[in-house]
Amino acid sequence: MTSTEGRPLRLLVLVVVLAGLVLPILAGLWETARAAFGILPAIGAETVSVVPWRQLLSQPGFGTSLMLTLWTGFASTLLALLLAAGFAAAMHERFGPRDGARIIAPFLATPHAALAIGLAFLIAPSGWIARLLSPWATGWDLPPDIATVHDGMGLALILGLLVKEVPFFLLVILAALSQLPARRHLRAARALGYGRGVAWIKVLGPQVYPLIRLPVYVVLSFALSVVDMAIILGPSNPPVLSVAVTRWFLAADTTLILPASAAALVQSGVVILGIALWWGAERAIIGIGRVWIRRGGRGLSAEPGIMAAGGVTLLLMALGAAAIVALMLWSLAWRWSFPQPLPESWSLGAWMRPGAGWGAALGDTLAIGLAATALSLVLAVAWLEGEDRAHMPRARWAEAMIYLPLLVPQIAFLYGLNVAFLRLGLSGNMGAVIWAHALFVFPYVMIALSDPWRALDPKLLRAAAALGAGPARRLFAVKLPILLRPILTAAAIGFAVSVAQYLPTLFIGAGRVATLTTEAVTLSSGSDRRVTGVYAVLQAALPFAAYLAALTLPTLLQRNRAGLSGGVA
Amino acid sequence: MRLPVLAALAASFALPALADAWDDTVAAARGQTVYWNAWGGDERTNDFIAWASGELEAKYGVTISQVKLSDTAEAVTRVIAEKAAGQDEGGSVDMIWINGANFLSMKEQGLLHGPFLGNLPNAAYLDLSNGSAAVVDFTIPTEGYESPWRLAKFVLTHDSARVAEPPKSMTSLLEWSKANPGRFTHPSVSNFMGATFLKQALIELAPDAAILRDEATEETFYAATEPLWAWYDQLRPTLWRGGETFPENESVLQQMLNDGEVDFAMAFDPAAAAAAVERGLLPDTVRSYAPAGGSIGNISFVAIPFNASHKEGAMVVANFLLDPATQAKAQDITVLGSYSVLDPTKLDDTAKAAFAALPSSPALPSNEALGPTLNEPHPSWMTRITEEWAKRYTE
Repeated sequence: MTSTEGRPLRLLVLVVVLAGLVLPILAGLWETARAAFGILPAIGAETVSVVPWRQLLSQPGFGTSLMLTLWTGFASTLLALLLAAGFAAAMHERFGPRDGARIIAPFLATPHAALAIGLAFLIAPSGWIARLLSPWATGWDLPPDIATVHDGMGLALILGLLVKEVPFFLLVILAALSQLPARRHLRAARALGYGRGVAWIKVLGPQVYPLIRLPVYVVLSFALSVVDMAIILGPSNPPVLSVAVTRWFLAADTTLILPASAAALVQSGVVILGIALWWGAERAIIGIGRVWIRRGGRGLSAEPGIMAAGGVTLLLMALGAAAIVALMLWSLAWRWSFPQPLPESWSLGAWMRPGAGWGAALGDTLAIGLAATALSLVLAVAWLEGEDRAHMPRARWAEAMIYLPLLVPQIAFLYGLNVAFLRLGLSGNMGAVIWAHALFVFPYVMIALSDPWRALDPKLLRAAAALGAGPARRLFAVKLPILLRPILTAAAIGFAVSVAQYLPTLFIGAGRVATLTTEAVTLSSGSDRRVTGVYAVLQAALPFAAYLAALTLPTLLQRNRAGLSGGVA
Repeated sequence: MRLPVLAALAASFALPALADAWDDTVAAARGQTVYWNAWGGDERTNDFIAWASGELEAKYGVTISQVKLSDTAEAVTRVIAEKAAGQDEGGSVDMIWINGANFLSMKEQGLLHGPFLGNLPNAAYLDLSNGSAAVVDFTIPTEGYESPWRLAKFVLTHDSARVAEPPKSMTSLLEWSKANPGRFTHPSVSNFMGATFLKQALIELAPDAAILRDEATEETFYAATEPLWAWYDQLRPTLWRGGETFPENESVLQQMLNDGEVDFAMAFDPAAAAAAVERGLLPDTVRSYAPAGGSIGNISFVAIPFNASHKEGAMVVANFLLDPATQAKAQDITVLGSYSVLDPTKLDDTAKAAFAALPSSPALPSNEALGPTLNEPHPSWMTRITEEWAKRYTE
């Protein structure tokens, strides 16, 4: 049942989303494609040609970069999915989705760059783990010459991605399980003689997977095109494709922009191909799986695998936590040399000089994050309200539109978008950077807010309407106050997403806008871990503060309305 | 005995005239603000320029406004654009911190004011003899169109607590690395510092280093670099991580030395290690030195565009930068730690005392340990070496 009610609102939202979100992505892709075929008037390239492609193919290490990208992207995504599923199977019955989310939130909130910097120090041959064990256990007076970071196989990068992606998958799996009668199905399966592990694989797996398919594609796309983490942890000679492309884009030699654009298109091709391959594998597994499930084997053999996955996941979480602690220690150290388990001398020096850069970076990060989150939140509320007024479920194309910025690799359109912004005279100013951040903040705010919004008890609204409240009053006096908690949670997620952005700031800010993230990534290839530690700690602290605010503000503001639960979220 | 007498006579006639002209310049400069376009990426340099502005204002009524560049080419482009627009005076750039390719391009296009170096009284403290590092910029004769202000020189840094007798040549470095596999590496060759390390090796190993002064051709390149690649083929497997991967830049390498992952770091600034010790970034047992045969160095210059609005002010600034007191201040490791460009034999006793009184650090190399300064090869060599290295060693 559709309705004409709220049509102007929906039209407005559609126009804003199309012009503000879809258009920049398409414009960016278009400019990238033009440059890939030789058209970039800004550097005097004005004839269509395939020379950029030939240049790209002759770049040393291009083939290796491509292989590394595929390997790290697929390996990390597949492994993360298996580990998260195993952990959920092992632990699901011990806690509900809310406890789970609470444990997972810190890992989701920590930006990739901060985590990677901490992890790099943790696992380096001269890192914290080696320092704690040397020389008494290892016999090392000097760090060994082993490649544990920047290794040629990209294993450190895969580890870093796992620390971030396993918690993300856990969250979506737990959310999906809460929509299913999971306990009942498990009990029935076990009553029929299936082992716990096999029951998970055969009964719950096929029900959960369709619910988390889009997030899986988002993670795959992300893992195939991540830049900041790959700079800090990944192979360097040659790096993964996304890092190589970023370097070519930013090289002093501007003629490299053309082959870089061609490579950015290859990067999108890799992602499309990656998702297609994954989809193909899904089909194959469904086919084989049906036969396998119908054969009805009851085996118990999956149990050790599940326990192992649970153990590995706990280990990953411990690594993530230790990485952040290591950053804090460094930010407070004066000298900390190998193999001392803790700094030999301490200093607040790095914290005492905000004027040296981190003060300004903190200010910019806050300003961009708050503005991008506010914009996204307003748009998301307008969208959801439009859906309510039309009594219309979300169309599939609309859902796809929300996910679009998360599925298209950033590198494929951000440089082109910068070219478009340059033409409009927008490049390098804060407004443009905020806009670019909102492209990625909006989808997450939308995803986080949609379910609680729909779960709002319609009886409350009907009662308000019966008392004579119009649509606007129902929105402001009933929906928003009741949904304050999920709205603030969505805002905190959006803010965390903005704080973590690297490429949008780098490309659209044209080097003139510096956030904690861009500075931390740059400093990670410097000589002063103490200063890097300050940036990374601040970068990790901001999202925490946002989550904390989202958790405590509703209680403070609504302490006289104890029953207000914000739907069933 | 007649020649020195003649020279002395000539000097005694020339000096008063020069002094008068200089007084006119100083008078015209009073009240000018010099827009010095200088790379702004180093906090200590920016602070030094701000300090110089204060001194100049007190002494000559000239102030400096630093236009902080992220790349010197920005200033060159601006002057080119002004020339294209027909703006032959009143230009926005008064002075540029410049080097190498940018200088060559401006000089060739007639975008520079000068020659002016001969007009500066403090130029008397420079070694202006033919081929001296003060008058050659990446093999290009400066012909008085730019004035030196700071020295950069390649040095190796080692931890004396771990390596007592460091290798003093590229050949002995190879022997050392063979004996201590995994303890030496250089920054990635796509980085300026990594490329400089290879250039230093090239100068030491090339059969005839004189050839490096001219632009590299196919023929000269292969002849001159053959021993370099033979040496590197042997060195690479002995490097840290088997030469499969390299630190991104000299800062990362310095951190690796601090962590004990390697035993050497390198820098293009003899005071870099001392400054790092000062800031707690290296142990106080590190020492810096140059290879025995000398090391690549270059001098950074300042030049004045042809259409500068405040040429007199710019010359007063250039002259101030050459003042022995200014150079001594710049060499102070607590200030800039940038070595003097002046010829020590031309300094008077007061000036010598100013240098001798500078705070010292064991990590600071003595002048003997620094050895002679070798000229940079022609810029084309660096480009070719970087490309050839990437071709040979990137899988």
